[in-house]
Amino acid sequence: MKKVILATVILASVMFNATAQKIKGSDTVLPISQKEAESYMKENASQSVTVTGGGSGVGISALMQGTTDIAQSSRKIKFDEKQKLQEAGKSVKEVVIAYDALAIVVHQSNKVTNLTREQLEDIFTGKITNWKEVGGEDLKIVPYSRETSSGTYEFFKESVLKNKNYMNGIMSMPATGSIIQSISQTKGAIGYVGLAYLNKDVKAIHVSYDNGKTYTEPSVANAKNKTYPIVRPLYYYYITSSESKIKPFIDYVLSDKGQKIVSEVGFIMIN
Amino acid sequence: MKQKRNFQFSTLHSPFKKFIECIVESILTASGAITSIIILLIVLFLFKEGFGLFKSPTVEKGYMLCVNASNPIETLTSQQIKQIFDGEITEWNIENGELKTEGENNFQSSTLNFPLEIMIFRFDDIFNLYSDEELGENYDLLPEKLGEVISENPNIIAFLPEKYLPENNDVKTLSSTHITPADFFLGKEWIPTATPAAQFGVLPLIMGTLWVSIFAIIIALPLGLGVAIYLSELAEERTRKLLKPSIELLAGIPSVVYGFFGLVVLVPLIQKTFKLPVGETAFAGSLILAIMALPTIISVAEDAMRNTPRTLREGSLALGATRWQTIYKVVIPHSISGISAAVVLGIGRAIGETMAVLMVTGNAAVIPNSLFQPVRTIPATIAAELGEAPVGGTHYQSLFMLGCILFVITLIISITAETISKKQPNKGL
Repeated sequence: MKKVILATVILASVMFNATAQKIKGSDTVLPISQKEAESYMKENASQSVTVTGGGSGVGISALMQGTTDIAQSSRKIKFDEKQKLQEAGKSVKEVVIAYDALAIVVHQSNKVTNLTREQLEDIFTGKITNWKEVGGEDLKIVPYSRETSSGTYEFFKESVLKNKNYMNGIMSMPATGSIIQSISQTKGAIGYVGLAYLNKDVKAIHVSYDNGKTYTEPSVANAKNKTYPIVRPLYYYYITSSESKIKPFIDYVLSDKGQKIVSEVGFIMIN
Repeated sequence: MKQKRNFQFSTLHSPFKKFIECIVESILTASGAITSIIILLIVLFLFKEGFGLFKSPTVEKGYMLCVNASNPIETLTSQQIKQIFDGEITEWNIENGELKTEGENNFQSSTLNFPLEIMIFRFDDIFNLYSDEELGENYDLLPEKLGEVISENPNIIAFLPEKYLPENNDVKTLSSTHITPADFFLGKEWIPTATPAAQFGVLPLIMGTLWVSIFAIIIALPLGLGVAIYLSELAEERTRKLLKPSIELLAGIPSVVYGFFGLVVLVPLIQKTFKLPVGETAFAGSLILAIMALPTIISVAEDAMRNTPRTLREGSLALGATRWQTIYKVVIPHSISGISAAVVLGIGRAIGETMAVLMVTGNAAVIPNSLFQPVRTIPATIAAELGEAPVGGTHYQSLFMLGCILFVITLIISITAETISKKQPNKGL
């Protein structure tokens, strides 16, 4: 699916002329930008917006080289990236366009409902290996992770594992779909998926970031009111000097209509 | 050439036609040459990119590890760096400038003059200690503040960009080492995105690839050759005409479809049958690969056997050999080179297959000691990671090195098959 989108996007970018606005970067943000661009162009026939994926890092380095107008990113711009831009005499502006939340999921039959961040860290770094250590039945824990190329992998590592490495030899799946599939058929499994992908085949865990005082269920409402802790903002970055050119599109994304698209694609609106 | 000329003279063709012929000939020669050169260049490129890995430092490029000057530590291995930053090694236990990982800590705090507990400091932590204003315009004061933090904490290990290295007498940078072939080929951990020191131990990946492919071949080969013998020698014409195209149809199914079938059908089946905690195992991968390699093996081997001349078969039968003896002593030896081609193609498919294996083996980079464990194969690793590995970086080079390993394995297999098929010219006839 990703490849199909990419192929159409590349085709489209060849067809449109160079004055078009270009968006490049994170594959997580790609579906939002894609949908926004489609409906924006439908309403403004004279405008053209082309969207390409490739990863957050790719987008930001394209912004540095001036080959894109907007960099879409699922992480905050890194310190050294910002430095490089500043050295080139460009100042960069940041817009949060949506939020994305990660849900921790287990097999339907699992009795465990609540886990703290510390417990999750121990599970994914391999210190806790049996469900009975966290109040479940006597069953081996099988943690599932995304592949290293995924932005979700990095976000989970940063937020839940506090930058520690995943256990050696963790199961890693190429797509969110296969994580859900595997967890729904493996009794001791635990994994993480984007909130938009939650379904009835798996059970979502309530998470606590304050040592077990409050456990919060992953839901759009909880992510919006900031009680659910594993939430990340999704960004657009652009060079300040080109603001006038791309402002209409960014305004459109932030408008009610644009934000409606955000929630249709499965992400959380900014307000 | 001479013959062609005669032909032209006899048919009285114009010099123009001759000229065209010349051009066509040279185009054919050139295309052959160009193809060989391109293949050679691709292989060269592969190895050039791959071997760049051994020039890379163990710590991420452009970054440095710093400690307090009072710390007697001189160097750390990349394994130790990883363990320190993962919180697995928590105490400075130093002997002759090196960190001891095993054994009791014989040092007293007083002999080292600083607390034993390791304090980990990542570059981004500085922004939690100081605001952007305090760090000055364009971060001019950043090195100074970093220096302060390091001199205040004698037990610190800091991971900093080279550009902001503090110029302070209290700060000591650890000498950087390069990734060695031993680290790569004998390492047991594959964590390519670990910071500060990525782990490129390729042993689990090679073992994973071999386990999955070897068992796939063990399953597929007898089955495939059996079916080929049945189709070419025993089956009725009608059965053969029906069966062969349907088997060949299997080869046309995209590997993602096989992978999905494996994930949804085979994996839960294996898990239930063998009562395993996880269904995504090397065994699932082997089964899927065996199914995928079968059509190739069957169709190539069957073609080879059917090419045995009728006279040979009839001669054998006329001498009183049974049908089985004819197959075993005449048909198979005659078609051995075709059969070995089938085997090589089958193995090639099994070793290089990516997508289906990526979906059913669980991709856990551990050295497998049974068939019922998750494994990670080389092609799956390349496919999953190349997309996001920064071009020219250490991770990118390590993936090219994996490609080289795969290339060498396939080369060895082809050469072996070639020698085997050459050794048996009509043996047994």
